[in-house]
Amino acid sequence: MRTTPSLRAGRLGFGAALLLLLVLCPFLLPVYWTLILTEILIMALFAMSFNLLLGYTGLLSFGQAGMFGAGAYAAALAILKGGLSLWLALAAGVLTAALVALVIGYLCVRRDEIYFAMITLGFGMMLYTVAHNWIELTGGSDGLPLAAVPPLTFFAWEVSLFDPRWMYLFVLGVTLLGTLVLWRVVRSPFGLLLTAIRENRDRLAFVGASVRNIRLAAFVISGALSGLAGALFCLFNNMATPDFMHWGFSAKPVLMTILGGAGVFLGPAFGAAVFFALEQATIQITENWMIILGAVLIPVVIFFPRGILGTILHRLNAGRGKSRE
Amino acid sequence: MSDEPILKIDHLGHAYGKFEVIRDISLEVPRGVLTALIGPNGAGKTTFYNAVSGRFRPTRGRVYFDGRDITGMPAHRIVSLGLLRSFQITNIFPNLTVIENVLVPLVLQHGRTYTLWRGLGREKALYRQAEEVLDKIGILEDARRPASELAYGDKRLVEMAIVLARRPKLVLLDEPTAGMNPEETERMIRLIRELAERFGTTIFLTEHDMKVVFSVAARIFVLHQGGLLAAGDPQTIRNDPRVREAYLGGAADA
Repeated sequence: MRTTPSLRAGRLGFGAALLLLLVLCPFLLPVYWTLILTEILIMALFAMSFNLLLGYTGLLSFGQAGMFGAGAYAAALAILKGGLSLWLALAAGVLTAALVALVIGYLCVRRDEIYFAMITLGFGMMLYTVAHNWIELTGGSDGLPLAAVPPLTFFAWEVSLFDPRWMYLFVLGVTLLGTLVLWRVVRSPFGLLLTAIRENRDRLAFVGASVRNIRLAAFVISGALSGLAGALFCLFNNMATPDFMHWGFSAKPVLMTILGGAGVFLGPAFGAAVFFALEQATIQITENWMIILGAVLIPVVIFFPRGILGTILHRLNAGRGKSRE
Repeated sequence: MSDEPILKIDHLGHAYGKFEVIRDISLEVPRGVLTALIGPNGAGKTTFYNAVSGRFRPTRGRVYFDGRDITGMPAHRIVSLGLLRSFQITNIFPNLTVIENVLVPLVLQHGRTYTLWRGLGREKALYRQAEEVLDKIGILEDARRPASELAYGDKRLVEMAIVLARRPKLVLLDEPTAGMNPEETERMIRLIRELAERFGTTIFLTEHDMKVVFSVAARIFVLHQGGLLAAGDPQTIRNDPRVREAYLGGAADA
């Protein structure tokens, strides 16, 4: 986990170039692609927060949409019923999702592997049903439409997010913030313990760790950031609907992470981009684009178990190792 | 305080249903005395270790560690009191580097478990301590390699480093030389002898290689069919006809 100066400089350079490109995108691309990119960013944050559990802690959460949806509904309600500002709506989304994650996590983290996946799936389905049927609060299957998204304010400065370019830049900023949090967490001493759980939870318990509590902390952090992504998604779509909580929505970060690679920090984000690129490329040909997704996913799983980005980086590293010898 | 045994077992028993794997074991491990637990296969050595180290709660009896009743405590609490163990099958973090393997217990020991916002690389003191442990065990040059790449014997040493990093008061070693070639066994024996002195740790090991036992242990307990058969110094055990019978199946009569 110690980084050499050259690796660090390389990472900083890559990050700066990527950031510049992302900032310029809305000014170079047509509005349609700006909208697609906004959605990619939100789903990238969602998938990366999910991967804190899968790739780092070794837990497959199949109910992540529960936290995503909780964040979306909390943001919508904060604006509709509370009349809160944009930033407070985001905060409400994060806090609500963290609270939901705390409750679900408390009941799930004692279980391992498939049992953990099934219990998270079960809670996700329950939350969907609540969102669907508690009509007074959630608007039922119609969801909660927002008449208007509050303006983006920064001290005295104010701008409307009605302009897709401003919406994109706002989402980019928040996504970067969430990514930075995740990056700090996985590089911290706590992050080392997460990988230790993935590697050998029994050994970890026998060197003095409460595996359950560490997993719960990871689940809450992951859930809070999924909730942040959900709140963004609500603002972006001008509404929160039960679909955000459907178990099919929980499958998205799983697919994106497997596509991109669970073992690489940016793997899930890369996977999210591939996911949407595939969708855009095929949706003009056929409405059943899931067939194409499946046709791509299966060979990736069989031939590139590290995922696409994971495989590319692995090859690059292997190549570098050889040239050094 | 220091006259008090580091480990005191009082009428310990464990049963699966009606089948008693170990029964009525009472023994004391004195502080600083290299102690061994031996017995033929199936005598209950590993069950005994599991009951002591908190893998499960024994169905009978009490376990006192360092003067405290630890019966039925969860494993991680027992560890934080200073009792650590190794396993018969090598138990490490394979895809972490060797030094990260040792950093894991140090992060826990120094209360950095929930340190989220500080880079691990900035914990210089922990790195220094980890390097010190690896140096004492003799695998410092492998520090940056993934543990899974090491030879079998070296992986066992990584596990020793994980266990010793927390400077435990008592270490239970479950067959530390299992699966090792004679050269690796030799190295492990030397290491065990040195460790007891360098780390100030009491070592309590199980072993089925009698050569190892008689060359390192100052005190030996013999387990047979789940019960304690004999106890004493190596000379006494070597000459005990009951022990010979247990191991040789009656051949001692001849």
